[in-house]
Amino acid sequence: MNKVMYTGAEILLKSLIEEGVEEVFGYPGGVVLPLYDALYVQNDIKHYLVRHEQAAVHAAEGFARVSGKAGVAIVTSGPGACNTITGLANAYYDGTPMVLITGQVNSKLIGGDAFQEADIVGITRSCCKHNYLVKDVKDLARVVKEAFFIATTGKKGPVVIDIPVDVFNAKCTFNYPKNVELVGYNPNYKGHPLQIHKALEALFDAKRPVIISGGGVVASNASKELIELATKLHIPVVHTLMGTGTYPDSLETSLGMMGMHGNYCANLAVSNADVIFAIGTRFSDRITGSLKKFARDAQVIHVDIDPCSISKNVKAGIPIVGDIKNVLTTMLHQLSKSNHKINLELKNKWFNDIAEWKTKVAIPQKTSGKLSALTVLNSIQKFIEPDEPVVATEVGQHQMWTAQNFKFNKPRKLVTSGGLGTMGFGFPAAMGAAVANKNKYVINIAGDGSIQMNIQELMTCVDYGFKVINCIINNGYLGMVRQWQEKIYNAHYSQTKISSPDFVKLAESYGALGIRVTQEDEIIPALKRAVEFEGPVLIDFVCENFEMVYPWVLAGDSIDNVLLSREDG
Amino acid sequence: MTINHTISVLVSNEVGVLSRIVDLFSGRGYNIESLTVAPTIDSIYSRVTIVTPADEDVIEQICKQLNRLIPVIKVAHLSVDEAIEYEIGLIKVLVDDKNKAEFLNIVAQAKATIMDVTDKIYTVKIDGTEKEVQTFAELIRGYGIKEFVRSGKVAITKGNQFSNFKNKKDE
Repeated sequence: MNKVMYTGAEILLKSLIEEGVEEVFGYPGGVVLPLYDALYVQNDIKHYLVRHEQAAVHAAEGFARVSGKAGVAIVTSGPGACNTITGLANAYYDGTPMVLITGQVNSKLIGGDAFQEADIVGITRSCCKHNYLVKDVKDLARVVKEAFFIATTGKKGPVVIDIPVDVFNAKCTFNYPKNVELVGYNPNYKGHPLQIHKALEALFDAKRPVIISGGGVVASNASKELIELATKLHIPVVHTLMGTGTYPDSLETSLGMMGMHGNYCANLAVSNADVIFAIGTRFSDRITGSLKKFARDAQVIHVDIDPCSISKNVKAGIPIVGDIKNVLTTMLHQLSKSNHKINLELKNKWFNDIAEWKTKVAIPQKTSGKLSALTVLNSIQKFIEPDEPVVATEVGQHQMWTAQNFKFNKPRKLVTSGGLGTMGFGFPAAMGAAVANKNKYVINIAGDGSIQMNIQELMTCVDYGFKVINCIINNGYLGMVRQWQEKIYNAHYSQTKISSPDFVKLAESYGALGIRVTQEDEIIPALKRAVEFEGPVLIDFVCENFEMVYPWVLAGDSIDNVLLSREDG
Repeated sequence: MTINHTISVLVSNEVGVLSRIVDLFSGRGYNIESLTVAPTIDSIYSRVTIVTPADEDVIEQICKQLNRLIPVIKVAHLSVDEAIEYEIGLIKVLVDDKNKAEFLNIVAQAKATIMDVTDKIYTVKIDGTEKEVQTFAELIRGYGIKEFVRSGKVAITKGNQFSNFKNKKDE
């Protein structure tokens, strides 16, 4: 038994080290002073000082998305903790493992409206997977162990640990627990073999099968198994935004992204399927469109680690609760033992239909003399292709154009805010990705609106030399909202015209590199300069104002009602 | 079809667990008709009994969402036929000499218990199913009910059945 006494702050750091944490993002403040003092005298954990607590949490998420490990952020009580809410909600929605440490006022002052006090356990309850208020230093190591366990298992997500300043200062011995005992938390990993068998039978018999690959496939690291299964069963694969990269875009059987801005062929395949094999997707309204009209004739097989996701929006005929990698491995095993011959002729018509749907794509729009966003993005895509850097995005038109046009052949290469749709996510998340990637360059595709939501992080990037290349698709509007206004609100551009600072001068004032691009032939030279620069870059691509994202399914419409250009519908 | 469902939830008896349950209901737009909480024989656990109006799909989702909460150990959806349900009503009634005999007769018939008496007010206790408590209250309403407090429902499965109790593992 270890009899040496440690402070709560030391115990927290020792526990983080036990969990393999090497990097944290954070921002100090009054009640976390003891923790920052303990950080000061050690070298095992590297702390990155951001410029806003929201960015710390997004950076931790970006780190987690790319590394697959839990991201860690540290903030102070009250305003510091309140600033993390958007980041927590984002990570909770997208199932990203994360542990957030928030300082709290002295435990004896809690409830007395102390300076910088906020009931953060109460406030975060609905936007994190679980949270703790640690009132006794003796509980601290166990709580950290549980927090990492909960964050990284089941449907992954953020866990908050709220620690009062007196607990950071109190002393006790340190023994990191080996196991967790949580009677109320037993995620089911295996998947029922009979259900898996039923699913396989349904897929054997299907004439028009399709696989929907969601973010769960990334979380479960099951991309390899997915590819093998889809290949062996000859089933085309569509993916959700969060499932990007799980099935290589380079494969002929990949139909790309489905949903509101999904490919025509992907949406039509799902709408006309007789069996849908949905893997690790929540069936969000952004992929189903009108639920009443969604895949009316299809039998739905749904695999998810989270029982809540199954039959929540789309009724599953064959539900399978389990870890996707396990379920697909079992399925492959059953398949290898089965003597069932795949009858390709049965699916001939299906493949012909799909081939025909594939020819229907968005019709490029005539633009003004200004740069087309699509031209810019296609040039970036070609330029970065051999490096396969991580690409982050903010939220809006540029995000959808990136998801539609970039080729992703591996998971964990696109870092984007799916469920919550958080503007301001991309830039700090790209910083986290840069840390996870040992500072290979990271691309952040941004809009002129989104980039201004966390632009202060340029300073963080300059300080640490993060090579985040921000490519701003600057069209002078909050483009996605403007697009809806044009189509649905009689072109009343209410509060969507947005001005920007001189991004080149702004970058320079931070010590970053700023480049303005207005002509097509300037795109590649700008990217070359950006990649060579040892630090963050802002490239201001001055683009056409009124370009639209197509394909487009209007909200609440059936997903086979795909608009391909302004002239459609 | 929306009907009242009874859910019995076994939870770790820890700070904030009730808030988690109540927040889940309000955050996801579910209603709570009644709610009772008390420690079990082993005080590290508590039993929460919730009555909620919902249709079949929604009640399934409510049970799953409850199971998702870390301090929730078991969730049982109790069907009306297979459960014993019980609640208590405490009622303060205005009674005068003129109608006293008649009132006491109703109390005796309903097997209610007189808990406290003053010159004007009788405080009675009625227990039984939700319907029995309601019926009794309606019967004596005419006398003038000054206060009516009901416990909300507690429920337990009949006979040897625990089959509705599902461990999270079994889902």
